[in-house]
Amino acid sequence: MGNIYKGRVFVLGDNIDTDQIIPAKFLVYDLEDSEEKKEYGKHALSGLPEKENGDKPFVAEGAYKSEYSVIIAGENFGCGSSREHAPAALQISGVKFIVAANFARIFYRNCIDGGFLVPVESKEYLTKKFKTGDFAVIDVDRSVIKKNTGEEFELFDMGKSREIVDAGGLFKYARKIGMI
Amino acid sequence: MGMTITEKIIANHARVKKVSAGEVVWVDVDVLMTHDVCGPPTSAIFKREFGENAKVWDPDKIYVIPDHYIFTEDVHAKRNIEILRDFTISQGIKHFYDPGTEFYRGVCHVTIGEDRIARPGQILIGTDSHTCTAGAFCTFATGVGNSDAAFVMGTGKLWFKVPETIKVSITGRLKHGVTAKDVILKIISDLGVNGATYKAIEFEGSVLENFSIEERMTLCNMVIEAGAKNGICQVDNKLKKYFNEKGISVDFYEKSDNDAVFCDVIEYTGEEFCPMIAMPHSPGNGRPAADNSDVLVDRAYIGSCTGGKTEDFVMAAEILINRKVKSETFAVPATTIVEQNIKNIRIQNKTVWDILIDAGVKTGQPSCAACLGGPEDTFGRVNEPLTVISTTNRNFPGRMGHKDAKIFLASPYTVAASAIKGKISDPVEFL
Repeated sequence: MGNIYKGRVFVLGDNIDTDQIIPAKFLVYDLEDSEEKKEYGKHALSGLPEKENGDKPFVAEGAYKSEYSVIIAGENFGCGSSREHAPAALQISGVKFIVAANFARIFYRNCIDGGFLVPVESKEYLTKKFKTGDFAVIDVDRSVIKKNTGEEFELFDMGKSREIVDAGGLFKYARKIGMI
Repeated sequence: MGMTITEKIIANHARVKKVSAGEVVWVDVDVLMTHDVCGPPTSAIFKREFGENAKVWDPDKIYVIPDHYIFTEDVHAKRNIEILRDFTISQGIKHFYDPGTEFYRGVCHVTIGEDRIARPGQILIGTDSHTCTAGAFCTFATGVGNSDAAFVMGTGKLWFKVPETIKVSITGRLKHGVTAKDVILKIISDLGVNGATYKAIEFEGSVLENFSIEERMTLCNMVIEAGAKNGICQVDNKLKKYFNEKGISVDFYEKSDNDAVFCDVIEYTGEEFCPMIAMPHSPGNGRPAADNSDVLVDRAYIGSCTGGKTEDFVMAAEILINRKVKSETFAVPATTIVEQNIKNIRIQNKTVWDILIDAGVKTGQPSCAACLGGPEDTFGRVNEPLTVISTTNRNFPGRMGHKDAKIFLASPYTVAASAIKGKISDPVEFL
């Protein structure tokens, strides 16, 4: 993982669960097949109720990649099922970072061990500080996220998870430390 | 400083004398469980990382229990079963509950209980968030994703951060008509949906001791809805008997040490619980059923790992006997054994099954069915914006199908009572 990342932001609220991230009926496509996996990108966050995403769909009709690569969210992001299809769908649609007040543990773990994207916790609630469409710059080494205005917000240090993320996921990490 | 039961189990499997909450350790896994939705991608990652011809660490410790999308015409869902068939054959994995054969069973977490797959003192890892159900067997049981499961498949090991433990103590007795489902719904609403994130919840007290094993399963099943890593109940005579009756001896008797450290101790008395509902759209929105008795209900659903076990159906039948449902009601026994049981168990000389049929309940084939929506032709799937009361475990928007459906979670008693009256009803008036 590089140290500085710039991307467009999509803002969500609290308790975005895995059924909203990828509705259960889509969990049948092959994640390893380059064509089939696009279905996950197409339907990423399609479970959001209308009032959550307003008039901005996360992925445009017919596309499988989103213009937003940073999600900013509130509490308990990724709650619900253990389905790894959830972080995978977000990755396939182009998400690189999720900055949330806090995460549900299985989802957080799946992001890290699966090497899908980088979950970071913000020290304060950021859902009112950013709006969908803003650009954000994330500096992982300094643990900050910056707005176009220059305003900076602190993130929690990733701790031990950083080693797995830097390696590129659990398997690469395990090879690095000689476990496999 | 002593250890909690969860810490002890983890320490044993990390092959160290002691672990403390917050430490990260690698543990040996006793049992890996997967099902039809996550098994195929898990096996794909396994092959990708360990090689096309790699062999699993121990085929005898892997249980493949298809249950999610079984009775559907969806070609991709059917493809998943074929993938698992090929994989289990090539790996010599005997524990494959193959749909379409006499070996098919149904809901994985209930199967784990029926076949005593997870045992006291063991570590069970499953590719399903409700793997925590097995905490009822004094197992450290937790849900993981495909990558973690594939890692276990190849190595038999996984890393964990040792969780802090919240002790929940429930003394006294529950009032008649109040069930484990009501208890856990109240606990989740008190803790909040992320009140137990990264933590273990350890249950104790006279109410717990009086719970049957199935009731303890219901309790542990839903700890994930408070964000918990695992739930756990200690070994007692009832649990020992549960294993002994299948010829399995129990040699793990550990309890939390007297000087174990708990991050929180929450005390309840049984009498303070009442029949509950979790309002849309969160399992944490618990309220007394009696306070919402004007809400009309279009549909009732009885099923899932949470509320589709044998005793759950007996409870529903106690209320449905000699009555007819007003709301369209769907019932799905969790497994083929549950279905057999309810065709044999009698209340006032009628079988539970006949009581359901006579009440006008529609029955489906054992599986997860509509608990999580699934393919559009799934039995009981909520395809319109209906108001539903269900014995299942989640009610997030779209959980059972339609995004605008309103799902109320409740016990089998409350669901049955509500189905009869056509609106949310406290079951106590029927008992």
